[in-house]
This record gives sequence, structure tokens and C-alpha cells, in this order.
Amino acid sequence: MATLEPLVRVTGTATPLPLDSIDTDVITPMHRVMDGTIVEHAFETLRTGPDGSPIPNPFDDPRHADDEILVTGANFGCGSSRETAVWAIRGMGYRVVIAESFGDIFFANCFKNAVLPVVLPPAEVGHLLRVAEQGMPVTVDLEDCTVATGERTIAFRVPALRRTALLEGLDDLDVALRMDDRITAFEDADRAARPWVQLGR
Amino acid sequence: MTAPRTMFAKVWQEHVVTSLSDDVDLVYIDRHFTHDLSGPFSMKTLEDRDLACRRPDLTFALPDHGVSTAPGRTDASADASAQLMPLFRTSTSSLGITLFDLDDDRQGIVHVVGPELGLSLPGTSIVCGDSHTCTQGGVGALAWGIGNTEVTQVLATQTLTVQRPATMEVRIDGDLGPHVSAKDIILHLIATHGADGGSGHAIEFAGSTVERLSVEARLTLCNLTVEFGARMGFVAPDDVTFAYLAGRPHAPSGEDWDRAVAHWRALRTDPGAAFDRRLEIDASTVGPQVSWGTSPAHSIGVDGSVPDPADAPDPATAKAWTDAQSYMDLRPGQALTGLPVQHVFIGSCTNSRIEDLEAAAAVVGDGRVAPGVRAWVVPGSQAVKREAERRGLDEVFTRAGFAWRESGCSMCMSMNGEDVPPGERCLSTSNRNFVGRQGPGARTHLASPATAAATALAGRITDAREVG
Repeated sequence: MATLEPLVRVTGTATPLPLDSIDTDVITPMHRVMDGTIVEHAFETLRTGPDGSPIPNPFDDPRHADDEILVTGANFGCGSSRETAVWAIRGMGYRVVIAESFGDIFFANCFKNAVLPVVLPPAEVGHLLRVAEQGMPVTVDLEDCTVATGERTIAFRVPALRRTALLEGLDDLDVALRMDDRITAFEDADRAARPWVQLGR
Repeated sequence: MTAPRTMFAKVWQEHVVTSLSDDVDLVYIDRHFTHDLSGPFSMKTLEDRDLACRRPDLTFALPDHGVSTAPGRTDASADASAQLMPLFRTSTSSLGITLFDLDDDRQGIVHVVGPELGLSLPGTSIVCGDSHTCTQGGVGALAWGIGNTEVTQVLATQTLTVQRPATMEVRIDGDLGPHVSAKDIILHLIATHGADGGSGHAIEFAGSTVERLSVEARLTLCNLTVEFGARMGFVAPDDVTFAYLAGRPHAPSGEDWDRAVAHWRALRTDPGAAFDRRLEIDASTVGPQVSWGTSPAHSIGVDGSVPDPADAPDPATAKAWTDAQSYMDLRPGQALTGLPVQHVFIGSCTNSRIEDLEAAAAVVGDGRVAPGVRAWVVPGSQAVKREAERRGLDEVFTRAGFAWRESGCSMCMSMNGEDVPPGERCLSTSNRNFVGRQGPGARTHLASPATAAATALAGRITDAREVG
């Protein structure tokens, strides 16, 4: 049963964001989480100055208005566990985020929302940033696990199960709900082994 | 003879319900905490899908993020609370989940209350929709933060689909100098190895310094592992841990206690077990730390000066330093000591436990908060507040001019109306100095409770070692 929108292949220009350690407070500031304007105001502090005046940024560049791929630096999505950060990125139209590394919780949240996080070495990210800045197309192929530009094809790794889930649109909750018998068996065995853990039953 | 195993491997294996692939497991969750910000949305998703909470007896709900910490607070004291608390009460009630409400003696910051009540135990798996859940590794738990979708899965199935992290050992040896705390050690680690230095790893903190740390200090140490990029950090349970947990309300007792302790002792990493990575720190070389920038990695000794982007290791770091210095209104080479602050915040899941308040009060002594400084002490839980009052710490703080507040997350993040105005500077014992974290335009310097207390008295960033 597919409950997430499957992701197989994405082709098009990519948005270059050559910054490290973009945290989830920057992607969705808390006051925007509370007023429910996470997509409109995503990356607010990169897009407007303290007085609200616009500052040049890739997200408001019309050449990148329809991009589905975001290329950024190291440690993207670090910080708070707030899933609004991934919802905002998805709401902006992105299906793939390519970075040198990710905050661990953000990385997990991506898979839960059919967004593919791709980890590549700095040199490859540097190449992709240049390609993105030149407005040249990029193809991310999840079946082959490759990122292709006009110049080269770069392989990436993604956990096999996560890849299958994205390709088929499988939802972790649905899979786990079908494991109910195994979960019950685990609890029964655990109650004998660690009685202090199973508080109520 | 079995191969030597790490504590992580032993505990993880005990929790695998089934392996879904080579590196993704369905793991059982022993304790699920949920708070007012992350809980209501996921509970609504559960209700919308007509699913029940599988183990409400293993799930505990605590309001901390959106609540006001003003004395005499109600839901109406903070907009976020007025919005979230009615939903939180209705949802927890309909799902059968225990709620430690605002008027409950057990209310407080989720990561402070879990260990305090003995709900968080060695060798358990603990999750919460909050990145600082890793704090609870201080009692020897595997504890990590999760997103909303994961919260929904845990509510419905008491399991989580998780990619197995790599392992890292961080060994900390050497004696701590005066006014050097666990907070300083972990800030130093992050500054040395980067905010992504632990990405993808479960970190075991070990070494003679860690062994001598109290459980409360270990909780602080583990609290910032997420700022190191790691999913979780923990300390193997030992006699210090057992002494801390014995007699706590939800800790096992009697025969169960003896059995539990025997089990917990066997969880320690076997000699010779292999980690994917190892790091070492000589704690004796670390002084009190203060952050100058907009990442916890932008931390230096309190007696140091703001680095020059020209000295950055690469262009991306140079740009990050320049941007951070612009946001923080600092110049390369500028000393941190002596920088005027308008706000001092002692609190948050990092530094709001009784030992933190003791350390701060010891520096405050008979002193007074400098004119023009708004200084707050926010206990991490109602139990911490009561204990501090029993020890007379509240009097030390209020006599000096600190505000003595109710328990909650308060000024760590800006959703409860407790924030730092644009352009103003705050010395904070919290864990994040991100752009806008304490409010749009707020400038946050991270430091320990001792440094915060010294700074409040002087009205300027101050080395507690100079105060005495």
C-alpha cells in the first residue's frame, strides 16, 4: 500500500545554497511554526533583513522557482527535531536535498516525508553547487542511486530499505502496524527478561 | 566465546523487534515522552487515522515548551499555552496517557523530569519529539529525539523504524579546573570537532573524568550531543547511576531492583570492543567556555577572543564566521570578557538541575545583579524548584535581584513569550545560539551556570574564576 508520493527520478535545475550548518530554526523559525506560515516564511532570515527588506537569495530567484533539488553545505537541518523544517522544504517543491552531511533527526524526517536526502563528499557537492549556479540541469535517479550532470555521474548510497520505501511510497507506520504479532511477542519475552521496564501490564 | 561488544550493541540488540534490512531495524521503545509542542499534532494524526495508543502506560506527557514560567501562571499566561494546552489535555485524556499538568508536582522539562522520577532507566530506549532527548543518556539510556511522523508511529505501535547508527567513543580524562563543568567540556568538544563531528553516531562517553561526574553533570554532557550532530550520547551505568536512581518513584524496587542492577552492570562495553570512531579529550586543558557566534561550535575559552575569518580553515567556514560576527555584532580579535549583556538566563534542559542552581548560587553569594540586567533563574522541574527552596537557593537568587520562576523551557526558545528583544545580548545556560533562537534578532552566548552567575553580577561577560 503506497501512502507516500513515490520518488523515482527528478530532473531539472537545482537551487544552490552554499552554506554550512543551516539549522531547523532558520528553516522554520518558532514564531512561524506557531502562526502556521512555515512554507511562506521558510529560510526567513536568509531572505529578508532585520527590517523586513528583501536580500538576494536563491529561493526568491525566478530561475529557481520550479526547482525540485536543493544543494547545500555540511550539517544541513541540524538542531531542533521539528518536522516543520522538512514540511516547509517539501512545500517549497523540493523532493531531493543534497548536502555534505545532515542533522540526524532531519535526515530521518526526510524519509518519512518522501524527501530524498543525498550525502556526497565536499568535492562533489562543490561541483553540483557550480552546476546549480550556472542553471544547468541535474538528474537524481533513485533507481540507479546516481546524480548526473552534463559533465559527470556521481553515485550515492542510501539505505536499501529507505530506497525501496521511497520508490514505492511505503509508509513506516503502515509497515509497523502489520508487525503487531511480532511486537506482542517481543513484549511477552521482554516482560520476563526485564520486568522493571514494562510498567503497567 | 562471543566477540566483545559495545554497550550500544548490547542495548540495541535487546530492543530489535525485527530487522527490516541490513541497517534498518524495527526497535521497541521502552519510554515515550511527549510534550505540548510535539504531542498534540501527532495525537491528532492518530485520531484522524482511527488508531489507538498501543502502550499509554509507557507514555508520559509533560507540558514544557509553550508554558509560561511566570509565578502564578495559567494557560492564559502564554499565547502558545492557551493554544496548545486544551488540545494536549483532550488528546492525552482520550488516548489514556498520563499527563503531568501545570498544577502537578511532577511538571517540568521532560528531560529533567524523566531521570528525576526514575522513568528513565539504564539500558532503556527512550524517545520524545524533541532533539534534546539525548540528555537522558546521562542515566545510561539510549535516548534520542524524533520527528512528528515518528511520534505517531511510536504512539500507535510502541516501535520505531530506525537506521542503526555508527558507534563512537569519546574518552574524557583529566581533572576539571575551578568553575569548569560538563557544559564546558561538551562545548569544547563541539568547538574542536565541529557541529557535525558526531553525525550519524551513537556516542558513548567514557574515561576517568566522566566516571567522576555526577549523574546530573552526565545529563548535561549528553544534552549537547545533538549539537555535536549525534543522534544520542550516553554514559554506561555504574554505582553513581545506581545511587542516583535508587528509591526514585518509578525506579524498580525490592527483588526487581537487584535484578535490574545485575542486568545494567552487564551492559558495559566489553574490553576490546570495536567502535567505528574514537575521540579523546584532556579535560585538564579546558577552561570555562563561552560561545561568540551562532552555532555551539563557535565557542572559545571565556578569556579568548573572537576568531578572524582570515584564519578559517576553508572559505565556507570563513563566510560562516563573518555572517555570525555580523549577526552577533562582534569583530575579529575582540575579547569576550567585558562584553555588556542585557539578559542572563539560567535554565533549560541543559542546566536547570539542582547542581546547576547550586553552582550558580555559589558564585552569586552576597552579590547583586548589575543594574539594567534582566536575570532569570528557571528551575527545570517543580521538584528542582522545591529542593532549591528547601536549600535556600531561591533566597540567594532573589536577594541578588534574579527573578525566581516556575519550571519550563522558558528563554531557551522563543515560543512562550519569554524571549530576548532584537539586537539585545543574552548570556544563556541553554544549548542553542542559533539565529533567532531566543527571538528574532536575539544575540545569545552559551555558557555554564557559574559563568552566567558571574556575568549577571558584572553585567558583562565575566570569568567566574576571577570572581572567586
